[in-house]
This record gives sequence, C-alpha cells and structure tokens, in this order.
Amino acid sequence: MTQNIIEIDDDSFEEKILKSDKPVMVDFWAPWCGPCKAIAPTVDALEKEYGNDMTFAKVNVDENPICPSKYGVQAIPTLIFFKNGEIVDQITGMVAKEKLEETIKGVL
Amino acid sequence: MTTTDYDLVIIGAGPAGLTAGIYAARARMNVLLLEKAAPGGQILITDWIENYPGFPEGISGYDLAEKMRLQAVEIGLEIETAEVQCLNVSGDVKEICLKEKTITAKSIIIASGASPRNLEVGEEKFVGKGVSFCATCDAPFFRNKTVVAVGGGDTAVQETIFLTKFVDKVYLVHRRDELRATKILQERAFENDKIDFVWDSVVTGVEGFFGVEGVKVKNVKTDEEKVLKADGCFIWIGILPNTSFLGDVIETDEWGFIHVNTHMETSVPGIFAAGDVRSTPLRQITTAVGDAAIAALSAEHYIENM
Repeated sequence: MTQNIIEIDDDSFEEKILKSDKPVMVDFWAPWCGPCKAIAPTVDALEKEYGNDMTFAKVNVDENPICPSKYGVQAIPTLIFFKNGEIVDQITGMVAKEKLEETIKGVL
Repeated sequence: MTTTDYDLVIIGAGPAGLTAGIYAARARMNVLLLEKAAPGGQILITDWIENYPGFPEGISGYDLAEKMRLQAVEIGLEIETAEVQCLNVSGDVKEICLKEKTITAKSIIIASGASPRNLEVGEEKFVGKGVSFCATCDAPFFRNKTVVAVGGGDTAVQETIFLTKFVDKVYLVHRRDELRATKILQERAFENDKIDFVWDSVVTGVEGFFGVEGVKVKNVKTDEEKVLKADGCFIWIGILPNTSFLGDVIETDEWGFIHVNTHMETSVPGIFAAGDVRSTPLRQITTAVGDAAIAALSAEHYIENM
C-alpha cells in the first residue's frame, strides 16, 4: 500500500473528503474482504498515475461504521467518487482495471 | 516459422489460468497471462475452501488465490492487467485485441471462467444495496438481520452456512424440494437452526425503497406468492461463461460454455480452453487446475508441430 492513499475515518471524512479541493475516490474496504485485497494493487497503480489530480482515500468499514452507512454502502469493495462534496460516480464489486480507469477519467 | 509476440497467451487468471501459466512457464514457453481485474477469479468471492487437497484445515479463497499467483510469479510468469476485447484466430497467427493494442500469439488458452447468474427479476438495481453474490464481501453488513439466499447447489449451501455466522436468520429459497449440494454441506445446513428452508419456490421480485426490504417468492407447486421480510438477498443460482470477447468463432454448448476434447482443444486449432469456461459436468478448483495442466501441454505440443 502506498502512503499516498490516505486513511480516512468517521471523524476525518468531512474534512478530507467532502471539503477536498480535488476530486476524491474513496475505497470502502475491510480486512476480511478478499476482493478488496485483490483490487488493492490496481488501485495503487492508478493512484500513481492519477494521484496528482485526484485524492485516493480508503475507509475501513469495520472500524468506521458511520460513513459507510451514511452512503448506503452494503457491499465491498465499493468505490465512491466525490467532487465538491457530492457523489459523482460509484462502483461496487470487483471491476476491470480499464473500467476503473475510465471512471476516474470521467470524474476528472 | 512465423514470428509472434508470444508462444502462448492465456486469458484469465483464475485457478485454471494461473495453473496453465505455471506449466507453460516451467516449459520455458514465451507466455503472457492476461487478467482483466485481479488474479484469483471466482475463488476471490469464496469465503472458505475445503475441497482442494493439501489444506486439511481449509483455506480462504483470497489466500489460495494469492498462493497460486505467487507461485506463478516466482517461476517468472508475466501477468498483465488488461481485458480482451476480441480474438482474430483465422490464421496461424492468433490476434488478441486489447483496448490499446493488439498482441499476437501462436496459441491461446481461454480460461476466462464464469460469473454468477442474475435472477433477472429486477434485482439488479439493488446490487450493492442489499443484493449480493458474495457472502465473504458483504455478510458482515447484515449482522443480526434477516436475509434471503437463493439456490440449492454447493455454492448456495456453503455460502448460506457462512451467512449464519453474522445474520439472525436466513431463508434459503430453492426451486426444488431437495438440495443439490454435496451431502456434507446438506448435513451442516439441516443442523443449522438459523436456516429456514423455503422449498419449491422461486424469487419473483425484490422489494424496497433505498435498499432491500423484502423478497417476493412464489411456490411453483401451489402458485402461492408471499413476501419474505429481509434486508438482503444473496443469489447463487448458477453461472454464465465469460465469453463476450469470443464472437462465434469457437463452438460452444447451448449456454455458451466452450466445447473441448480430452486434450482441451477447441474447434479452432491452437486454441484451448480450461476451467469453468468449458463445457464440463463439474466446475471446481480441482477440475480447473487439471484441465489447465492438460491445456498447457497441448499448447506446447501444438507449437512444436506447427
């Protein structure tokens, strides 16, 4: 995991995500979720490519129950894209790298 | 002899693709493994595997996938993340079109696997909002709640038992009056008092506003319909082959699974298939890795005799 993917918790969500100047991709994950671990290298690779234009963040849903439930996250991995505090796109489940990259480009 | 980018391109990095890659790399073939998402395939959405020999305590799907991937990488297998868009296989040089380039190979092993089948009763809009195909991903969101599970095969019964670690109650809806799952799983399910069996029934709809609130089921013998109050609906009613890139160049069965002979050869010379994507009476990790070893050997022989 690169250090450029920031760890967010229930307390820092508003400050780091909703008030961010840049678009943000939030990866809702948990340590028990195999597919979440499996897509992590893909997310890392995309962060290296798009990290200057988009903030990459992750929320451990086990430790932070409030923000997943606020956004209706009932499945992981779920990736939610925020721009100016609003949801602009969302991906649930394992997804092809190219689909994810397309979504990032669409958000930017 | 014609030159190509690779001797062999393998499509899909589930157990079949990774195994074919291990065999081909050990045979010192010039081989590339393409995977659209992440190595592991369907075992990534399997919570616990206890019918793959060598792991007497069982092993998590993710851990087994990771071990297979590591073994392949250690041998020097090249794995690229890219989705195959189409194949052009009319000549000796096979073309594999990706989004940004086309690569060529002397032979191809299709190990693209299969994906869970939808109910097609309008549940799609609730995927990620209560409808799920993956207990190991989503079960903890339904702690102390009631859910519906659909299906009667190994996957349905195994994953339903896993759900009971979290939920208060699970209705297992099955269209027949007996399960198809292997006996040891049936025994565990019948002993589990969190599981309520809803026999002879099919799901006809999923109800809810923001998320799932109820699942409508119909008894196929009496036509009686009722709504099971539930916060989630887990669907395990079989799989469909991942073959959208194939076109109609290769012979398949009526469901789209690829026909092969005992050497894993498809109807097109130089193209082989292994694992869940092929027409086969049993889809397991054990059968996928067996197919893959044969497919890799067949590909090697095919190239030697070109």
